[in-house]
Amino acid sequence: MAEAGKLRFHVPEPEVRPGGTPDFSNVPIPKAGSVPKPPIDVDPREIRDLAFSIIRVLDRAGEAVGPWADMLSDEELLEGLRHMMTLRAFDVRMQMAQRQGKTSFYMQHLGEEAVSCAFRKALDKGDMNFPTYRQAGLLIADDYPMVTMMNQIYSNEADPLKGRQLPIMYSSKEHGFFSISGNLATQYIQAVGWAMASAISGDTRIAAAWIGDGSTAESDFHSALVFASTYKAPVILNIVNNQWAISTFQGIARGGAGTFAARGLGFGIPALRVDGNDYLAVHAVAKWAAERARANLGPTLIEYVTYRAGAHSSSDDPSAYRPKAESEAWPLGDPVVRLKNHLIHRGVWSDERHAQAETEILETVIAAQKEAESHGTLHAGGKPSIRDMFEGLYAEMPPHLKRQRQQAGI
Amino acid sequence: MARKTMIEAIRDAMDVAMGLDERVVVFGEDVGFFGGVFRCTQGLQAKYGKSRCFDAPINESGIVGAAIGMAAYGMKPCVEIQFADYMFPAYDQLTQEASRIRYRSNGDFTCPIVVRMPTGGGIFGGQTHSQSPEALFTHVSGLKTVVPSNPSDAKGLLIAAIEDPDPVIFLEPKRLYNGPFDGHHDKPVTPWSKHDLGEVADGHYTVPLGKAVIRRPGNAVTVLAYGTMVYVAQAAAEETGVDAEIIDLRTLLPLDLDTIVESVKKTGRCVVVHEATLTSGFGAELMSLVQENCFYHLEAPVMRVAGWDTPYPHAQEWDYFPGPARVGRALIATMEA
Repeated sequence: MAEAGKLRFHVPEPEVRPGGTPDFSNVPIPKAGSVPKPPIDVDPREIRDLAFSIIRVLDRAGEAVGPWADMLSDEELLEGLRHMMTLRAFDVRMQMAQRQGKTSFYMQHLGEEAVSCAFRKALDKGDMNFPTYRQAGLLIADDYPMVTMMNQIYSNEADPLKGRQLPIMYSSKEHGFFSISGNLATQYIQAVGWAMASAISGDTRIAAAWIGDGSTAESDFHSALVFASTYKAPVILNIVNNQWAISTFQGIARGGAGTFAARGLGFGIPALRVDGNDYLAVHAVAKWAAERARANLGPTLIEYVTYRAGAHSSSDDPSAYRPKAESEAWPLGDPVVRLKNHLIHRGVWSDERHAQAETEILETVIAAQKEAESHGTLHAGGKPSIRDMFEGLYAEMPPHLKRQRQQAGI
Repeated sequence: MARKTMIEAIRDAMDVAMGLDERVVVFGEDVGFFGGVFRCTQGLQAKYGKSRCFDAPINESGIVGAAIGMAAYGMKPCVEIQFADYMFPAYDQLTQEASRIRYRSNGDFTCPIVVRMPTGGGIFGGQTHSQSPEALFTHVSGLKTVVPSNPSDAKGLLIAAIEDPDPVIFLEPKRLYNGPFDGHHDKPVTPWSKHDLGEVADGHYTVPLGKAVIRRPGNAVTVLAYGTMVYVAQAAAEETGVDAEIIDLRTLLPLDLDTIVESVKKTGRCVVVHEATLTSGFGAELMSLVQENCFYHLEAPVMRVAGWDTPYPHAQEWDYFPGPARVGRALIATMEA
C-alpha cells in the first residue's frame, strides 16, 4: 500500500518527443485472423475482449486470414485500392494548391484512407454519415465528383456551398454525407438523432457517426453514447484513433482507459477495435455493425486504430511535437501499400499496374483540378456573389437581413 | 372555443401539430409518461404513443443534438428544456449547429426544430429557475426567438413555430402559465379563465412569427415589452395615468420593427422593459433601433427598465423583478424629460 503523503499531479506524456526514436513496442498488435467474429445478435457482455484487441485480416505476407476475411471480390478490392489512391492523390494536389495560395486551408487523410473508403462500401444508398473533416473518402468512394469537392475548397463560383464554408467542410445529402461543422463532436449526437428518426419512421436506413480520438473527450461524445444506448438507435459509432489530436497524444483524451472502444462497454454498446490500415478488416467490421443496426439490434461502437501520417492541417507542423520518422515506425503500416500487396498476393495486381494506376489517377485528379480552377480559386477568377452571403440563412429572408443586404450595396 | 391556461394552450398546440403531421415528435426530460414538470405535455404520450412523445436522458445537448439529427432526417421535433436556465449545455448545438445548418449546407440540410423553454422569474425560483436568456439567442444569426404572453398567442405562435422551416427558440414565461401577472405579488393572481386572452380557439390556427401586437393603444409614450412585462407595463400605465401605448413584441427575432417605429413616431417617447439583466440585454438592441429609426421624432431619451446586472436572487425577488412601481417611475420620468 502506498504511503500517504503529498499528492502529485499526473499529466500523461507520449513515449517519445522530437529528437527521440519512435517506439511503438508498447502497442500490442494481435496476429491477423486471431480475433473471432461473433454473430450480430451477440450479447455485448460476451465480446468485451474485442474492445481490447484489434481485428485484423491482412497478415504480413499480404494474405487475408481469419473469420473476418473473404467478404469482398477482386473487383471490389481493386475499386477500393483505386478509391484510396485517388484520395491520396487528391490530398497531394489540394495540399499543394493551398501552398500555392489557391485556397486558405486544407486537411489531408494520409495514412487513414482505408477507414472512410472501406466504410462507405459497407453502407447502402440512403444511409447517412455524420462525418468529421477527415473522412472525404466517404465521398470519393461514393463517386462524388472531385471537381465539386475542389470547387468547395476553392470557394469559387461553382462552389455548392456558395463560399460560406471553410475548405473541406463538404455537404451532400444525396451522397449520405451530412454537412460538416467546425465544432467538434456535435455531429456525433446528431447522427444518433437521425438514426432515432429512422427507427421512429419505421425506415430501413441507418446512420453512421464519426469522431476522432481527441474529440471523444467532448461532452457530445457522451451524449451520443447515452442516447444511442437508451433508444437502441440504428447507428454505427465510429472513433478514428489516429493517435494525435493536433499536438496532443491520444493518452490525454483516453486517460486511464485501455482503449477508446472500451468506452462503449459502460453503455452496454458492443465495441469492436479494428486495424484501421487494413481495408478488408475495416470493411468487414463496418458491414457487421451495419447488419446489426439494420436488424434493429442497436448501435455498435468501432475504434479504428490508425496513425495520422500527415500534419494535422495545412496550418500545422508536426515536427514540433513528435519524431519525424514516427509514421514510418507505425506497426500497422500504410493502408495503400497493404491492400496493394494483398492484391498482388491474390494475383490480380502488380507493381507495374500499380505504377500505371498512380499515373492515371494523378492525371484524373489534375484534369479535375483544371476544370475546378476554370471556375476560379479563392483569390482569382469566379467567386460566389455577395448576395450569397445574405441568402439561405433562413428559408425566407427576414426584414433586418434585407436591410443589411441593401446597406452592403446589393 | 374555451378558456384555457397557457399550459393547456401549449399542450393543445402540440396536440394539434402532432395530429396534423406525423413528423412532429415531442421529447425532453420528464416529458413522456409524466407529462412534463409543468404538465405541458400531459396526455400526449398516451394519445400518440412512445415513438412520438418520450422521456429523454438528462442531457440538454443530447436533446437538442438528437433533435437536429431528426430534423436533418426530415422530422419536425418540438423538444423541451425543463428550464431556460438549463439550456447552456445545449448552447453549442443551438448556436453553432441548429442556427447554421441551412446556411452552411446551402439548403442541402435544414433544421426545422422548436426548443421550448420555461423562462423568467417572479416565482421565487432563485438563480437557476428564473433567468431570461433571450438576448443570448437574438444575438445568434439563424435562430428565431419567440416569447408569448397569453394562452391564445401561445397556441398560435407554437403551432407557427412547429410549422416554421427554421429553428425556433420558444420561451414560455412560467409566471404566466396559470394566469396573467402584473407584478403585484401581494394581490391574488387572476386565473386565465377570467381573462379574455385565455379564450383559445379550437383546432388549428397560427399567430404569425415576426408580428407584434398593440395591447394598449396610447399617445404619450411607447412601451416595448414581451412576456410577463406586458402586464406589468399595463399596470404601470393604469397606476400612473400615463397614456402609454404598450406593444407586445411576441417575436424578438425576426422583430416587427414597423409596428415599433410607427408607434414611437406617434408618441415621441419610448420605454423598453424586460426581466433580463440590463447590460447587453435585448433592450439595448431595441433602444438602438428606436434611436436609429425615430431620432428626429424623439422628445426624450429612450429609457430602459430591466433586471439588475446580478444573478437572479432568491430572498430579494421583488427588489429584483422590475415591477409596476419601477416601470411607472420610468413612464413618469420620460414624460417629464
